[in-house]
Amino acid sequence: MTTALLKQPTPTAVRKPNRSFVHGLLTNKKAMLGMSVMLVFIALALLAPVLFPGDPSRITGMASLEPSPEHWLGTTAKGQDVLALTVHGSRSSLFVGLTVGFASTFIGILVGLASAYFGKFIDEALSLVTNVFLLLPGLPLLVILAAFLPPGLGTVILVLVVTGWAGSARVLRSQALSIRSKDFVAAAVVSGERAGRIMFREILPNMASIVMGTLLACVIYGIGAQAGLEFLGLGDVSTVSWGNNLFWAGNEGALLTGSWWVFVPSGVCIALVAFALALINYAVDEVTNPRLRKIKTPKTPATTERRAAK
Amino acid sequence: MRFILRRLGFYLIAFWASITLNFLLPRFMPGDPVSRMFARSQDRMQPEQIEALRKLLGVDDRPIWEQYVDYMHNIFTGQMGVSISRFPTPVTEVISAQIGWTLLLGGTALVIAAVVGNLLGILAAWRRGGAIDSALPPVLVFIGSFPYFWLAMGALYLFGVVLGWFPIRHAFTDGLEPGFTWEFIGDVGAHLVLPALTIVLVSIGGWMLGMRNTMIATNSEDYITMAEAKGLRPGRIMLRYAARNAMLPSVTSFGMGLGFVVGGALLTEVVFAYPGVGYQLLNAVQGLDYPLMQGLFLTITAAVLLANFLVDILYVRLDPRVRSN
Repeated sequence: MTTALLKQPTPTAVRKPNRSFVHGLLTNKKAMLGMSVMLVFIALALLAPVLFPGDPSRITGMASLEPSPEHWLGTTAKGQDVLALTVHGSRSSLFVGLTVGFASTFIGILVGLASAYFGKFIDEALSLVTNVFLLLPGLPLLVILAAFLPPGLGTVILVLVVTGWAGSARVLRSQALSIRSKDFVAAAVVSGERAGRIMFREILPNMASIVMGTLLACVIYGIGAQAGLEFLGLGDVSTVSWGNNLFWAGNEGALLTGSWWVFVPSGVCIALVAFALALINYAVDEVTNPRLRKIKTPKTPATTERRAAK
Repeated sequence: MRFILRRLGFYLIAFWASITLNFLLPRFMPGDPVSRMFARSQDRMQPEQIEALRKLLGVDDRPIWEQYVDYMHNIFTGQMGVSISRFPTPVTEVISAQIGWTLLLGGTALVIAAVVGNLLGILAAWRRGGAIDSALPPVLVFIGSFPYFWLAMGALYLFGVVLGWFPIRHAFTDGLEPGFTWEFIGDVGAHLVLPALTIVLVSIGGWMLGMRNTMIATNSEDYITMAEAKGLRPGRIMLRYAARNAMLPSVTSFGMGLGFVVGGALLTEVVFAYPGVGYQLLNAVQGLDYPLMQGLFLTITAAVLLANFLVDILYVRLDPRVRSN
């Protein structure tokens, strides 16, 4: 299911590669910095089996060793190599983050476009559902769902999508509404185009930048929320991921014994990825919104709203 | 008035949705949570209590709609069953013993973050491009990128374990008699510092940037120019003219923040073993204490909805445009 969802939004988000948009991104310092960091992490995730062959959670040394030339980031209380755990952890974290991001953006696009295009009763009903999901307290809902569903990676992804789609649906609906009222959409309606075609061929390409922003925000949410869920011990404890690394660090008392090297790397990795994605997000805003280019502003109202809502 | 009624209807629907979710989850989930739970606590429970729990969680042969009506009736009469992990305390009693701590922690952190964050936002927007405006936002955004619980762990390690400035666990020292004595209040305060500080640290950026961005828009309004032309003191224009009109989005965020207080402090409470509803919720999940889990989720949801409704009422008072509609 998830792979099918994964494929859908990509072509729409980058459809009609507008040359000035790509050029703008490539010359934007924030975008370049963010994309470089992301590329490094993606490369690490792909190369993890080559760099650290074998099971990363096997015991390779004495317990709780400080960083040394042998174990660059030391070992855990069980004697596992922290660097291997961290590098391998990027695989699960990036995979879940990207899957959750794409899936919730995709649902957001469907709900937002349907709301805006059909209006009236459908809009009322979809907005009601969206608002209820926005209002239900996210973290407790996450915990309750994870408690009832059988543990596993699929559950984690499902739960994160259920709690994460509403925010993007609201943002995308309001954007789609403003495009819905444009003349060219009315022209398409009059010329008898099918609803699906108008939604995906006429309206969607015109909101590419906001879809991109939503996608990035959803990926950030996915990575952070997965880490939180796993830190609480509600993820799939058998996989190696940044959140699980932190869960074990907490469980094995790394804090109380002073083994800072066990919990610092995974946390810093999550922060770096989130920060890199946020940088790309600001860059997209700057490139597509000329008003932000003149005076240097680090944020726009749209992005702060998303942050504040967290 | 119509606005208020409309909102009230919406909150009632939302509350109904969360009750229904609570009702459906144990009944339609794969696996059998109920028998797992019974296996754990069989020997301590009376037959009639088991019977009541079976009904609550849907191990029941009656038609589903009958169960649903029964469930609703129980919820609204406050019968949420008996906690398993704290047998035989009723769920309502466990919750009421803990919600105070959550409100104390979350409330303190929310008020500090909102006041300081909004003030910083006002200053940043007023002196656009100045020291506060250019230095703070990137730093706060960077701090905001860290997973929240990780910052809490870092603070616990640094200030609690290494430096030993603050206590690292629980809401007050074990063995201390709760009461209105200076000793106890001071102890509670010391235990509050680290959890509250970490919440303030991660949430202050959102307040500041939100306020700053709204106020930049307000600053270009004609009535600000007018106020300047009248020769009013800059401080008065900043606070009474610009900031006052930029406050509305912050009021909305405050409502959402109130919801966050009850539900969102979960991770903080877990890291610091703070005895609030969030910590209890995780304990209930780990102890397969389904009645307590459900009771806590409903309480948290109800608190969130109530907070948002109160903010809506306040909104009507503050914004005349809503009233005239």
